[in-house]
Amino acid sequence: MDRLTRKRRAAPSFLDSRGGRAGRSPALVALRSAMPELWMLLPALALLAVFVFVPFLLSFQFSFTNERLMPRPIPTRWLGLQNYERVLTDPEFWTAVRNTVYFAAVVIPVQLSLSLAAALLLNSKIKGLALFRSITILPLLMPITVVVTIWAALYRTPDGLLNSVYQQLFSTLSYIDWLGDPGVAMVSIIILSIWASFPFQMLIYLAGLQEIPRDRYEAAAIDGFGTWAAFRHVTLPGLRNTNVFVVVITTIGALSLFTQVNILTGGGPNGATLTIIQYMFSNGYSAQKIGFASAVGIIFFVTVASLSIAQRILLKNED
Amino acid sequence: MKALKYLFALTIALAILLPLMMMVTLSLNPDKNDVLAIMGSWRSFVPTVFSLDNYAAVWSDPYHPFGRYLMNTTFITVTSIVLSVFANSAAAFSLAWGSGPHRKWVLGLIVAVLAVPGESIVLSQLKIVSVLGLIDTYAVQILPAIANAFFIYLFYQFFSKLPKELIEAARVDGLSLLRIYWHIGLPSSKPLIVTVSTLHFLGIWNSYLWPIMVTRGEDVRPLSVGMSAYFGSNLTSWGNVMAFAVCMAIPVMVFFLVVQRHFIASITGSSVKG
Repeated sequence: MDRLTRKRRAAPSFLDSRGGRAGRSPALVALRSAMPELWMLLPALALLAVFVFVPFLLSFQFSFTNERLMPRPIPTRWLGLQNYERVLTDPEFWTAVRNTVYFAAVVIPVQLSLSLAAALLLNSKIKGLALFRSITILPLLMPITVVVTIWAALYRTPDGLLNSVYQQLFSTLSYIDWLGDPGVAMVSIIILSIWASFPFQMLIYLAGLQEIPRDRYEAAAIDGFGTWAAFRHVTLPGLRNTNVFVVVITTIGALSLFTQVNILTGGGPNGATLTIIQYMFSNGYSAQKIGFASAVGIIFFVTVASLSIAQRILLKNED
Repeated sequence: MKALKYLFALTIALAILLPLMMMVTLSLNPDKNDVLAIMGSWRSFVPTVFSLDNYAAVWSDPYHPFGRYLMNTTFITVTSIVLSVFANSAAAFSLAWGSGPHRKWVLGLIVAVLAVPGESIVLSQLKIVSVLGLIDTYAVQILPAIANAFFIYLFYQFFSKLPKELIEAARVDGLSLLRIYWHIGLPSSKPLIVTVSTLHFLGIWNSYLWPIMVTRGEDVRPLSVGMSAYFGSNLTSWGNVMAFAVCMAIPVMVFFLVVQRHFIASITGSSVKG
């Protein structure tokens, strides 16, 4: 390794800014000396341009036209705000918004409380902690498609495991159609989603808990604070930044709900699990209406970007 | 209080372990009807038969070539992680220690990109790759995954904290920026390389929306799409489906064992506040 390093160092480099003939104009000199750093920047920047900057601008443009996925003989037309008007007056879109917001409104408080509780447990001194931690991160090691498959088996109707439990608990012969009943399907999606991802927030909370200085708890104990009071007056304020961060990423994750729904229900039954991204996907990909679906994408972007900005403002206010 | 803690820990542990044990148990049971019969009972958690028939069936299924899917995903994962580490760290180093006046606005642009959710631009990306004729290739799954604004940002934060004297000394020695990056920057960022690779790895194994849109046949399809297709066409052969799931989960477990203690640090490392 060392020998290799020395050899490379000895070899002249064409990217070396030194040793070239001096340029005539100062601008040329400046450009010459900036060349190596531009070369280092170029691969990433070019790829970002092709796969992020340009698509971002195109999304805006497409959202004002009737662009289709496959080229067709009729030229693409400029529609102005028509797509937005159509999206915002489509009852199906509002069903998707309602479902997505419902999903987020349940998942955020439930999952975050669970994650925080598990993190507190991991931060306390109990026996078998290492084992408990190893078990809790297992869901993170299961790719989402695997998680979906496992839960599809648990939700099997009428003789899956969860139905057996239900029948035992309520000593009944009836069963729940976990994924086929419009009133239950979203709850089933929620349960499997929390199972799949709560360890992520748990680990972030744990890192936040470990940053709270020990002496604050000692001071609280001297002041006669009980467990609950210490949690309220030391732990929660100490977790403020972590909380803001975790709430924002969980919200964005929840609003992007797609994979579970696409595999298990395809948005059904009867639109009960239709989400914004699933709606965008079926319009833009399945029905190939790129223009229309881009308008949905832009609406989604504006929503998520405002959340990120809100996060930044909240974090700045703290100092 | 203490008892309550243990009860809570036990509940969580069981809620996580039971579904996973069911996956393994059913995958080891070759009798399709017996699998259906035990799915609603405790027998689905404790293996009583140990047969690898389902695994053999998964690996030899002509319509859903597991080996091919696995190879595709592995190839895409390795290639894009390697390229991503180099491209993003080089760009970040150039932004941190270069001297050009462009750095400020490029950095601003990259931070702005962090606020754009991938889903919102996925359809124009699809339009672009279909115009470029990239549909149903490895390239369409690798190229968009290389440059990552978040990874550039993480590397940038790391590199800007390197001691100024160190970089200046290397400059005085006549090293170009590229060499300073190669000999000092990149080797010093090993922990971050692990973090970025871990996040990237998990991202690819969980990706689904992009690969279902840009792949058509089995030739280049990744495991995630293969898994959902296999699941969709074997609705009654739960043993086989679970064997497929186990086979897909094993590489992630192996990856975890390799990075092990860095894994948790990587997950929390993604929560850099800013």
